[in-house]
Amino acid sequence: MDSMHLPATTSVESRTLRDYLANGLQVVVREVHTAPLVSVWCWYRVGSGDEAPGLTGVSHWVEHMNFKGTINIPREQMKGIVERFGGMWNGYTWIDQTTYLETAGRAALDQMLFIEAERMAYGLYEPPECESERTVIISELQGGDNDPDQLLDTEVTATAFRAHPYGHPTIGWLEDLRSMTRDDLYDYYRRFYIPNNATLVVVGDVDATDVMKRVEKHFASIPEGPAPERMCAIEPEQLGERRVVIEREGTTGYVKVVFRAPAATEPDFFPLLVLDAVLTGAKGVNLWSSFRGLPPQRRARLYTALVERGLASVVSGAILPTVQPYLYTLSFTAIDGVSLAAVETAAFDEIERVRSAGVEPSEVERARHQLRARLVFDNDSVTNIAHQLGYFETVAGPRFLSSIQRQIDAVTAEQIWDVARRRLTSANRTVGWFRPAGRS
Amino acid sequence: MSSSMAAGLSPVRHTLSNGSTVVVQESSATPAVSINATFLAGSFCDPDGLPGVAYLTARVVDRGTTHKSADAVAEELDKRGVALRVGTTRHRMIFSSTCLAEDFDDVLELIVEVARRPAFPEAELVKRRAESITALRQNEDNPSVRASEALSELLYGPLHPYGRPARGTVATLERIDRDALLKFHADEIRPAVLTVVVVGDVRAGKTIERVCELLDDWKGAPERPIVVPPPAAPAVRRVRQILMPGKSQTDIAYGFTTIRRLDPRYHAYGLLNNILGQFGLGGRLADNIRERQGMAYYAFSEFNANMGESPLVVRAGVDPKNVERTIEAIDDEVRDLGLQGPTDVEMDESRSYLIGSIPRLLETNESIAAFLQDCEHFDLGLDYDRRLPELLKAVTIDEVRAAAADVLNPQRAALVIAGPEARVGADAA
Repeated sequence: MDSMHLPATTSVESRTLRDYLANGLQVVVREVHTAPLVSVWCWYRVGSGDEAPGLTGVSHWVEHMNFKGTINIPREQMKGIVERFGGMWNGYTWIDQTTYLETAGRAALDQMLFIEAERMAYGLYEPPECESERTVIISELQGGDNDPDQLLDTEVTATAFRAHPYGHPTIGWLEDLRSMTRDDLYDYYRRFYIPNNATLVVVGDVDATDVMKRVEKHFASIPEGPAPERMCAIEPEQLGERRVVIEREGTTGYVKVVFRAPAATEPDFFPLLVLDAVLTGAKGVNLWSSFRGLPPQRRARLYTALVERGLASVVSGAILPTVQPYLYTLSFTAIDGVSLAAVETAAFDEIERVRSAGVEPSEVERARHQLRARLVFDNDSVTNIAHQLGYFETVAGPRFLSSIQRQIDAVTAEQIWDVARRRLTSANRTVGWFRPAGRS
Repeated sequence: MSSSMAAGLSPVRHTLSNGSTVVVQESSATPAVSINATFLAGSFCDPDGLPGVAYLTARVVDRGTTHKSADAVAEELDKRGVALRVGTTRHRMIFSSTCLAEDFDDVLELIVEVARRPAFPEAELVKRRAESITALRQNEDNPSVRASEALSELLYGPLHPYGRPARGTVATLERIDRDALLKFHADEIRPAVLTVVVVGDVRAGKTIERVCELLDDWKGAPERPIVVPPPAAPAVRRVRQILMPGKSQTDIAYGFTTIRRLDPRYHAYGLLNNILGQFGLGGRLADNIRERQGMAYYAFSEFNANMGESPLVVRAGVDPKNVERTIEAIDDEVRDLGLQGPTDVEMDESRSYLIGSIPRLLETNESIAAFLQDCEHFDLGLDYDRRLPELLKAVTIDEVRAAAADVLNPQRAALVIAGPEARVGADAA
């Protein structure tokens, strides 16, 4: 195995081995011997943030097509390869990344690597399969549209961005899904699905050196390709508050407020992460598992200001690590009979209190402890550990994950106050209402 | 202390004189501990004519005790990064939480305090009732929930404990007062129906000792037998339609009543469900509806057997114009499996899957705790995870064929369609 960019490194404490194949495929292996399982994830540096107008949703559709058969795995044989070992498989697409996973008994390691190698290089994209999947994806989109909160999220995000492709939904706009062709999908697949645009992560009850040999066997013959250029749009400065109101059939009102937020590697990211824990409770930084249940939030500022005062039934916040600046999202579900204006006013009043007076040191300490706990809870399985390794390799680089705890611990009350004053301004926000037709 | 459970679980169990049980599984995989304290007291115990009491009790029970205000409880949880979840099912009220190992003693004590000595402050009841009514209003706007709840009612009838709304209705929630919660707690939340499961970075002996200290002086009525009335045997197909203007997608719920968890045919039904609507993306159903016809993002079946005769349910979300074709496809798959039974290949694949998935399903502290609660609830034994592969291997194709023939008949199905367009031939709701 040749080292192309970085020397192979082994961490004794975490038993993690990192290397590159000659074709540029980055490989990360971590030994975790707590259960007879192994989780394999293949990450591609492509997501809906790479999509041009007219092709929105192509990344996600390509993800779906990569479950539809390859040259050496006919479609009808995809099902069962991992299941026979008790395994699960899945995939997801978001703004910066597309990823595929299998978790199964360790005896299935070769089968999992084989599937990922096939997926990387030998997808079929048969025209009838593309057509069949078009309607499956439109059904997925329509299922999301049934949820008013998700509908509002789509509208608010689109309103918050004018130039950057982060503004369109990852699933795509309906008209693009209707018009995209098989060639659009296949061209996109061939452009981005190359070893030098991917990170393969293997975590579990394995011997790291043995895994490297198996990876070499399955992936070394896949040729590297021209490094794909990623979409790089600079969102213009926001000059004032933006608003969107959806009025349609429904029973419940929702308010959503988004602020333009820093990328994961910007200095403001961790102060804003801790501020979010103060405002809505800590969710951690695991996109795969952090939203399994409610966060500890009963003493959080916005919870006490809205839920405990009987204005909202649910309060949530989300600041996610992304490659380029994205959004800090606050969501509120209005209590039956409470006006959306009252919900919004209470939320803004609380945010203004933070902006004018900062936060208490005890609040910062509580938020830090919550985040520390979440970092432990979110690494409770080989699947979750593998997700975190691959996610942060893809969106923030190799040293980011191991620095998270230290960066959280280093956040001060002054930094939080500063980030609140600069970021949580009216000019930096977009406000959305979902108002059930006929209600105030 | 074991850091690996590759050879299977090794829980330690103790029963207190008041009837409560504690089960501890040591695991040092992470420096965390999951606590799951479950009472056999769910919506099944709701008073006749007042569904929602168990649900609302769970919403208020952790909002202050006789010794601690709601704020004090909130502070104790939040400062440790702990979210206490109190949920109800048909037969259970579950207090569950995951904490850092260093916080375990304090969190365990707090959970016991919350479960034993809730104050049910009137002000908290008012707030949680309003939240619960809002959640019901949200469900009224959710085709998936509407279809699912209507199917339960269609299968069991509106007065049956499995057919009535587990979360109550707006009207019943408005009628449930503090006295109703106090009475439910006094009658149902008692040591004889409590099992505390602890999984994680703890010592079993010390943990059992601590749970005993916290529970020993708690007295209450003994366990009562749970008798779930059998559902009426369906003679004909029943179809209900729920019109929901403005929705983009239609949700279909389709099902049958089947067997109890303790029925000897349980694993045959589990295999049948896996073949029909679980294996891969969703068994035969997804092969047909999603893969071959491209009509739905999801199509699957589920079978969660309980104390009484439990439902086997098929779910699909489809474009409104594909509703008829989807129902035809479900009928075809149900009829075919009912008449022909599974193939040998399907039996082998599903059996391998169910056996092979055991380590994956027992990987996290939370999932182990939930599994051990099931073992206690249904008296499956502490070695159930090790016996399960043999139980699955023992199921014959004839047993699955018989299960399929018993239940999978489209003419006896109940069917709910919740979506934007009217369909001819269905009862509207």
